[in-house]
Amino acid sequence: MSTDTPDAPGDEMPSRAELAARVDELEDALAEATGEDDGKKMSIIATKGTLDMAYPPLILASTAAAFGYEVTVFHTFWGLEILHEERSKDLKLSSVGNPNMPVPNAVAALPGMDRVTTKMMEKKIADNDTATIEELVETSLDMGVEFQACQMTIDLMDYDEAEFYDGVTTGVGAATALQDMADADIQLLV
Amino acid sequence: MSAEFDIAETLDVKGASCPMPVVKTKSAIDDLSEDAVLEVLATDAGSMSDIDGWASGTEGVELLDQEEGDDVYRHYVRKTE
Repeated sequence: MSTDTPDAPGDEMPSRAELAARVDELEDALAEATGEDDGKKMSIIATKGTLDMAYPPLILASTAAAFGYEVTVFHTFWGLEILHEERSKDLKLSSVGNPNMPVPNAVAALPGMDRVTTKMMEKKIADNDTATIEELVETSLDMGVEFQACQMTIDLMDYDEAEFYDGVTTGVGAATALQDMADADIQLLV
Repeated sequence: MSAEFDIAETLDVKGASCPMPVVKTKSAIDDLSEDAVLEVLATDAGSMSDIDGWASGTEGVELLDQEEGDDVYRHYVRKTE
């Protein structure tokens, strides 16, 4: 606080109406900044295409949509497999690189072992009535989740866009994902 | 116990596991009119916490009651708007 006495305080003092207008202005700015009226948003980046890693983004996306979030899932690199209508039904589980697997890596690396572990997991999914990847993609689409397929990796990995699920957005890149993340309340990289 | 509320619709998600009980509850609620009560029957033990969490984090719904019965979890959700 300055101890200087202003020269003519009366002349500089804002009127009550001016103050009221300023308060209104600040309240509007606060409401905009807190974004209450804007709706909640979630942005997920899905980069993995193994059976186990396909679940988390889809479960969170569909659940967030149930909470009323506007959800975008940006799929890049192996994450594109989740959007491929045929291959998403046949995602594989890797038997190597996971020390929690019941077989040692040296055995897990033998030809055909990925197929064995994938079949074991598929059986567990069926026995537990866990939703399939296809069900989760379809449900998410029904609930308004936007699935985006990274254009750069579509081109890099020779995907045919016609083979994605209907409703998948193509022709998007990192800038789109970044914009979604900047606007989102929750951002996740899977 | 289910006569406690005036139930407009019953959703049977017995057998389904996470995230389906919540996701299907949301879809079923969307189809109801204001003030209507939805009864959800689930066998997923996680549905007790999940539907509670969903209802408190979602606008326009109110969790009236949850009952843990003989292998079936019953949830009563009212659409408030």
